Amino acid sequence: MLENALKGNKGYWTLIIVLLVIMGVAGLCYLKQFTFGLGITGMSRDVSWGFYIAQFTFLVGVAAGGVMVALPYYLHNYKAFGKITILGEFLAIASVSMCLLFILADLGQVQRALNVLLHPTPHSVLFWDMIVLNGYLFLNIIVGWNVLEAERNSVPPPQWIKPFIYISIPWAFGIHTVTAYLFCGLPGRHYWLTAILAPRFLASAFAAGPSLLLLLCFIIRKVTNFDPGKQAIQALAKIITYAIIANVFFFLCEVFVAFYSNIPGHTVHLKYLFVGLHGHGVLVPWMWASVIFMTVAIILLVNPVTRQNESILMVSCILIFIGTWIDKGLGMISGGFVPSPLHHVNEYVPTILEIIISLGVWATGFFILTILFKIAISVEQEVEA
Amino acid sequence: MKNSRRSFLKIAGVSALGLVIKPVFNTFASSEEHAEHLKPDFSKKNNALTGKRWGMVIDTRKFQSEEDLKPIIDACNSIHNIPDLKVKNHEIKWIWEDEYEHAFTDSENEYVNERVKHLPFLVLCNHCDDPPCVRACPTKATFKREDGIVLMDFHRCIGCRFCMAACPYGSRSFNFRDPRPGIEHQNPDYPTRTKGVVEKCNFCAERLAVGKMPKCVEVSNGAIAFGDLDDPDSTVRKLLKENYTIRRKPSLGTHPSVFYIV
Ligand code: SF4
Ligand code: SF4
Ligand code: SF4
Repeated sequence: MLENALKGNKGYWTLIIVLLVIMGVAGLCYLKQFTFGLGITGMSRDVSWGFYIAQFTFLVGVAAGGVMVALPYYLHNYKAFGKITILGEFLAIASVSMCLLFILADLGQVQRALNVLLHPTPHSVLFWDMIVLNGYLFLNIIVGWNVLEAERNSVPPPQWIKPFIYISIPWAFGIHTVTAYLFCGLPGRHYWLTAILAPRFLASAFAAGPSLLLLLCFIIRKVTNFDPGKQAIQALAKIITYAIIANVFFFLCEVFVAFYSNIPGHTVHLKYLFVGLHGHGVLVPWMWASVIFMTVAIILLVNPVTRQNESILMVSCILIFIGTWIDKGLGMISGGFVPSPLHHVNEYVPTILEIIISLGVWATGFFILTILFKIAISVEQEVEA
Repeated sequence: MKNSRRSFLKIAGVSALGLVIKPVFNTFASSEEHAEHLKPDFSKKNNALTGKRWGMVIDTRKFQSEEDLKPIIDACNSIHNIPDLKVKNHEIKWIWEDEYEHAFTDSENEYVNERVKHLPFLVLCNHCDDPPCVRACPTKATFKREDGIVLMDFHRCIGCRFCMAACPYGSRSFNFRDPRPGIEHQNPDYPTRTKGVVEKCNFCAERLAVGKMPKCVEVSNGAIAFGDLDDPDSTVRKLLKENYTIRRKPSLGTHPSVFYIV
């Protein structure tokens, strides 16, 4: 099936080359980071995780979001998702690859990364995160590839693949739960120290992942003759609606607990993010944009008339994707570090190099995604023809 | 002509690649090179000081101003090769000073007396009895020794900074760049660090191993006491018995081993 990735029209190759160029430029920036150290980033003693870990966190969500098509299809035999399930699995592969790259980009001593395996430490959540992420990558490759192969040969998927499919469903919940545990088990970091962090992560994941998938479907439908089907699109739109509502609801629960209890440790991070603290507030406009985007998206999605209009649906997905990205990919990590444990306000702003390196990882993910989608769609077309 | 141009391009290309790759190799090479003498020597000599749970009592009544703290901080910085890197984002701190409201964030008191309000407090790693940094570290590069000291293996650290997020006292620093250019007078008896690893106060484990008290204790004119919290007859236990002491963020259950008399 791989040979399908080598045949493509001009648009396909242009995309591939553009992505490769971005990856190349980012690679050079990474060399700078590799030789100088993480000092080329905006991180500091007080904000010791930045853009990389934030992207990683957001993308774990996108990866987990794929389960929102796999679950109805495999567990409830929801046939309408037949065509896009494979796309969900391939999106998960690309996202997890980006997650792993972001972790590597964030390490101070990347050449020692294998120490995590050489000295396995079960009391560290990072150890478990590495296991679940690699496991999820492996599961999706196995399942995605075999199901696609079977489809090409017009036979049902082999029986031995079933256990892997069933495991991959709770596993998807697992990757984002463990990722939330990275943060919510740390004493003294009150913004993260909340039992609702994992559910909140999952809710935002199940909105962001399927939103991206829908947007990708719209693009693919435009450039190829692949059609995921109206029913699948509307079903996915409903899933996104519930998930984004849950996400905003969980967030409001946080706000209530913080401000009704009025415990300073709990309110201070929210204040920093939404109104600024001691004159510092780079994230304030972003956070409000995020809230507005998600709210507008909810209004548009709840109303069946607007949801069924595909252009409006597309806009809603874009709003949700950006809104959840700001929430997790910008606010979640810096928000937790500011103010510092000693109550100093040292803000974090990513540097240009840091942003280019991050773009490079995104480009790598989209490179993988493009190739995988190309293969999947060629197979679908072969089968249809 | 065509041929020579082609080979020129080839050579140019290869050298450009070399320029890019060389620094990468250098980093690998240099981390190898330093590996030999990088390990601090914690192995216990005959006269080593031993204890079950080392602890520290800081008598803040003996300090008046920043001037009193400076020699203590400088002493630790110089023997441990702590760089002065000028850029705030890159700073490395093992022991430093901060105000009461920052050192004791959960003992906020808007009417605290004038002396405490303006007194600079020494802050450093607490060598917690239940250290969250150790729990978080995925490689055991941060670990707790039988004598209670929370130590670091600079060679195993992958620089993931999970321990920094886990420490509720901001005690840890990360080498955002090569620290060596920032060290004015290098102490050959203690290793310098490489970029990309975390570090913090080690309760002078290398000095305890040769029978010496921690440097900050030595230069404090009796304001800082150090000893075995597990030994009821130790000086620290006597001080704790006779004086009311406080610790930083006790509500988090980390059980700090650094106590303050205020
Ligand atoms: S103060 Fe911080 S670094 Fe030191 S032992 Fe406690 S948690 Fe670890
Ligand atoms: S930065 Fe080093 S010491 Fe800290 S958690 Fe990671 S490996 Fe452990
Ligand atoms: S105990 Fe040693 S390492 Fe720690 S602050 Fe004092 S002098 Fe520095």
